[in-house]
Amino acid sequence: MIPAAFDYVAPRSLPEAVADLVKHGSEAKVLAGGHSLIPLMKLRLSTPSFLVDIGRIQDLSYIREADSHIALGALTTHHEIEFSELVKARLPLLQQAAAQIGDAQVRNRGTIGGAAAHADPNGDFPTCLLALDAELIAVGPRGERSIKAQDFFVDTFTSALEPAEILREIRIPRPPSASSGTYLKFSRRSQDWAIVAVAAQVSLREGRVERVAIGLTGMGPRPLRAAAAERALTGKAVAPDALREASAQAADGTQPPEDLNGSPEYRRHLAAVLTRRALEAITGSK
Amino acid sequence: MAVSQMIGASIKRREDPQLVTGSGRFVDDLPQNAVLHLHVVRSSEPHARILAIDTIRAKEADGVVAIFTGKELREEFQAPLPVTVTFVPEKAYPEQYPIATDKVHYVGEPVALVVALSRAAAQDAAERIEVRYQALPAVTDVEKAIQKDAPVIHESLGSNLSYDVKRAGGDIEAAFKEAEVTISQRLQQQRLIPIAIETRGVVADYKPFANSLTLWSSTQIPHFVKVWLAVILGIPESQVRVIAPDVGGGFGSKIRVFPEEVLTALASRRLGRPVKWIEDREENMRATHHGRSQIWDVEIAAKRDGTVLGLRLTQWLDLGAYCSQFGTFMSLGLLVAPGPYRLAAIDGRLVGVFTNRTPTDAYRGAGRPEATYVIERVMDLVAQETGMDPADVRRRNLVTGAEQPYTSLFGFTFDSGDYVAGLERALQVAGYDDLRRRQSEARKQGRYLGIGLASYLEICGLGPAAPTQANTGVSLWGMGVVRLHFTGKATAITGSSPHGQGHETTFAQVVSAVLGIPVADVDVVHGDTGIGPMGMNTYGSRSTALDASAVHISATRVREKARKIAAHLLEAAEDDVVYEDGKAFVKGSPAKSVTIQELAMAAFQTNRLPAGMEGGLEATTFFDPTNFVWPFGTHVAVVEVDPETGKVSIERYVALDDCGTRINPMVVDGQIHGGIAQGIGQALFEEGVYGEDGQLRTGTLVDYLVPSAADLPFFQLEETITPSPVNPLGAKGIGEAGTIASTAALMNAVVDALQPFGVKDVPMPASPAKLWQLMHRNGGRKG
Ligand SMILES: Cc1cc2nc3c(=O)[nH]c(=O)nc-3n(C[C@H](O)[C@H](O)[C@H](O)COP(=O)(O)OP(=O)(O)OC[C@H]3O[C@@H](n4cnc5c(N)ncnc54)[C@H](O)[C@@H]3O)c2cc1C
Repeated sequence: MIPAAFDYVAPRSLPEAVADLVKHGSEAKVLAGGHSLIPLMKLRLSTPSFLVDIGRIQDLSYIREADSHIALGALTTHHEIEFSELVKARLPLLQQAAAQIGDAQVRNRGTIGGAAAHADPNGDFPTCLLALDAELIAVGPRGERSIKAQDFFVDTFTSALEPAEILREIRIPRPPSASSGTYLKFSRRSQDWAIVAVAAQVSLREGRVERVAIGLTGMGPRPLRAAAAERALTGKAVAPDALREASAQAADGTQPPEDLNGSPEYRRHLAAVLTRRALEAITGSK
Repeated sequence: MAVSQMIGASIKRREDPQLVTGSGRFVDDLPQNAVLHLHVVRSSEPHARILAIDTIRAKEADGVVAIFTGKELREEFQAPLPVTVTFVPEKAYPEQYPIATDKVHYVGEPVALVVALSRAAAQDAAERIEVRYQALPAVTDVEKAIQKDAPVIHESLGSNLSYDVKRAGGDIEAAFKEAEVTISQRLQQQRLIPIAIETRGVVADYKPFANSLTLWSSTQIPHFVKVWLAVILGIPESQVRVIAPDVGGGFGSKIRVFPEEVLTALASRRLGRPVKWIEDREENMRATHHGRSQIWDVEIAAKRDGTVLGLRLTQWLDLGAYCSQFGTFMSLGLLVAPGPYRLAAIDGRLVGVFTNRTPTDAYRGAGRPEATYVIERVMDLVAQETGMDPADVRRRNLVTGAEQPYTSLFGFTFDSGDYVAGLERALQVAGYDDLRRRQSEARKQGRYLGIGLASYLEICGLGPAAPTQANTGVSLWGMGVVRLHFTGKATAITGSSPHGQGHETTFAQVVSAVLGIPVADVDVVHGDTGIGPMGMNTYGSRSTALDASAVHISATRVREKARKIAAHLLEAAEDDVVYEDGKAFVKGSPAKSVTIQELAMAAFQTNRLPAGMEGGLEATTFFDPTNFVWPFGTHVAVVEVDPETGKVSIERYVALDDCGTRINPMVVDGQIHGGIAQGIGQALFEEGVYGEDGQLRTGTLVDYLVPSAADLPFFQLEETITPSPVNPLGAKGIGEAGTIASTAALMNAVVDALQPFGVKDVPMPASPAKLWQLMHRNGGRKG
């Protein structure tokens, strides 16, 4: 439970940090809240010989409202998101997810940038970002670029970031006012990782579903969208049967894993149940 | 509060201020100069021959002081690790040495030692050690392990069977002949990993010229460790001192002499320097023994009126790779399987089997939770089969107060208690009839409430000298020294070795009550073999019944001597002097008194002592009670199972416990709370899972699910108080009762909830996936 030896720097600016990463190549890793990286290092499943701690870089922790989107700095902690009035009002889905991550210590240390970059298929934030059509802004040796959430989460523990890139900001499009969302997480214990979770965001217009996004956690090697269910519901009038029919398709096309917490069959079933419950909670139709 | 009322006072635990502020002194906190760090290289294979261990590259690593392999150490062991009789003298078992030499038998078995200047250096060097194994097929299933063609784990035994023996009482043929109802059921006790919050750790300091060893260990049994270190390492017992400093939990998982205690001592002896080993969590989950891991096959003979006539029982016990020190203790379960019920016959079979998994040993309750689970599931199975209410089946079978002291079919005599009254009180508090009404209402709406009962009777307070000696080789009496110092302060030395139970508080309350001095004036000393006589340590809910009783008797003897000194000083006849609240005076004239502080001083001043009296105020007691103690009670669990997800929510939990006199009710409540939590852990969450490849699949706390407070309901605690007649305090044990009752209560509730689906039993843990499957196989709801 002691990490292998490593060197450590704590640069004060993003360009410096990028330069450090370039210099040390594949041996280097970014350190944010450390709540995914350090456990892996203690188990010696990850043995970087160089850590670039971005925690001292100014202005990477914020939640701001812009015209078209809400911007979150990469170092914003789960706790800050959980208790942000702005997030609660505009992005209840994200606020609810934040409140259900780990325990208080984890939420105080863990960052949304770290959670995204880590790309854990059982992580809660990646699914939310996918459902909310977020854009992720990365800085690297060749400057800055924006990556869509659907392209960002590539595979288990693999994001679209290049080795020397640092995630700087996450932008979430402002949902229209008649839109709301929820995050339903199913786990065996409270304060646990999800077996399956559902992130749902629904926009209504005149009693009809104008737009719906359903993200799935724990249903494959990366966060997924329940595309069939989304298609089935879009344009439909809100009614129990419609929600039910759409939810039944939530797991279509997924190949969830088998582990000690359940079979693929059980996970597919859970995805449908949680989707229905999420849609019912958002629309108030039951 | 008058000190005389100290027994029964919920004062705050004196241990806690230092513990909750991080000021405790656990093994890893000891100030130790120039200590070297030991890392144990462990087998990655469940079953393999060791072909070679290449240590050359490791020896060259930075900071390495020494590396030892099993072969290099083998000749230093003058005896193998101890194994006790514990209910199965017939067993066959291999000798276990602290480190493997030719073969490994489970993942986690020690194969080499690295000693280095720092813990990190030791771990770095360990990664450079290459052990070449020739893999052998692993055995991970008890029933497969005893098939003819199964790979044999210990060649010297010829098979993987340790024992297959009978234990019978009463006339089982008659019981089955009379039976109107017979039921067969397999009941599983999954493997549990104890997870004490503090992992184990050892610091050994061997002094070469003195040939003396001081060893600090996170153990429940410092006194036994001392004896066995002397025997195994060939050091005179008088030169070995073992100290258990603050110990962060045990639950049985620190009840044996462990390989690492011997290995750390040996490394210190080889190097002539203090050596420290601290277990990390991953290690802890493989190298510290596991618990339960049993299968019970049950055949029930009962009558239509709910009378349980007899049981055929087979207990399959998975010993793991070796027979641990108390590895067969769990067989006690079969002997107390009747629980608090009248039961005419048991035909029992005990089968112990070796597998390529971590050895099993005592875990909170050891044998008694398993037995309680079996008999409580039996009561519910009979209820289900006869259509009776589970409460009525229990009423029909419980031993009544009028039948006490009742002798069970295996010859145990219960000490005291009205078990029926306990059941009725628990049912009343829970509002049982109302719960049943709500349950049937809810079912109509497709909601599945379950109500579970468990009426337990626990044998504990181990225990009377004769039976415990027969099973462990040593008489497990209580030990207590009470010493009054010159200034009137007291030291109580106890043979117990607390690791969370609060003896520093409760034992001080006992001394305070007897001598009439403030609790703050009583220092309780425990867990140090260098101070005071040999003690019998802490396990089996024994400390209060045994060691606090010994302390009580010693304090009383000190008080009696003080009263004699007082009579002399007051120039009164001894019989006329009374002793109250720390003062002695002549009956009727309390104004002219001598305080215990004055008497303590006088005890060291020859001119103030009666002629011929020895100086000092001190007494030592070895206490042998006339029987075990038998706490009992009824727990009621109410759950709701979500039919869509299979998730169990615990709606209500009522625990009625009778543990006799409660020295400190708040401490008792704490023990019950923790116990219930741990029992619920077994029912709903925890399971040590091995793959067929012999690897532990739940080797971190991400996969091994220990519940937290957020997963638990409010516990409503109720009591009846029936003092035990077998010790001067009237106290019965309470350290394990919560765990013993709660697993059965919870599982009965879960199975009860699933009755409409035709479910008769649920193997633990009751995970959502499993329950969902049980509810929806064969097309869902039946009734
Ligand atoms: C006990 C426990 C329980 C947990 N429970 C949950 C849970 O229920 N749900 C859940 O979703 N998560 C859970 N987590 C994980 C937690 O949310 C982590 O904090 C999060 O996944 C990673 O964030 P971090 O800031 O700690 O990242 P770090 O651990 O510092 O880094 C994680 C990875 O991302 C990289 N990285 C970090 N920041 C950046 C950046 N800005 N740019 C580029 N790369 C970066 C690092 O190099 C590393 O590879 C739990 C963690 C623990 C320890």
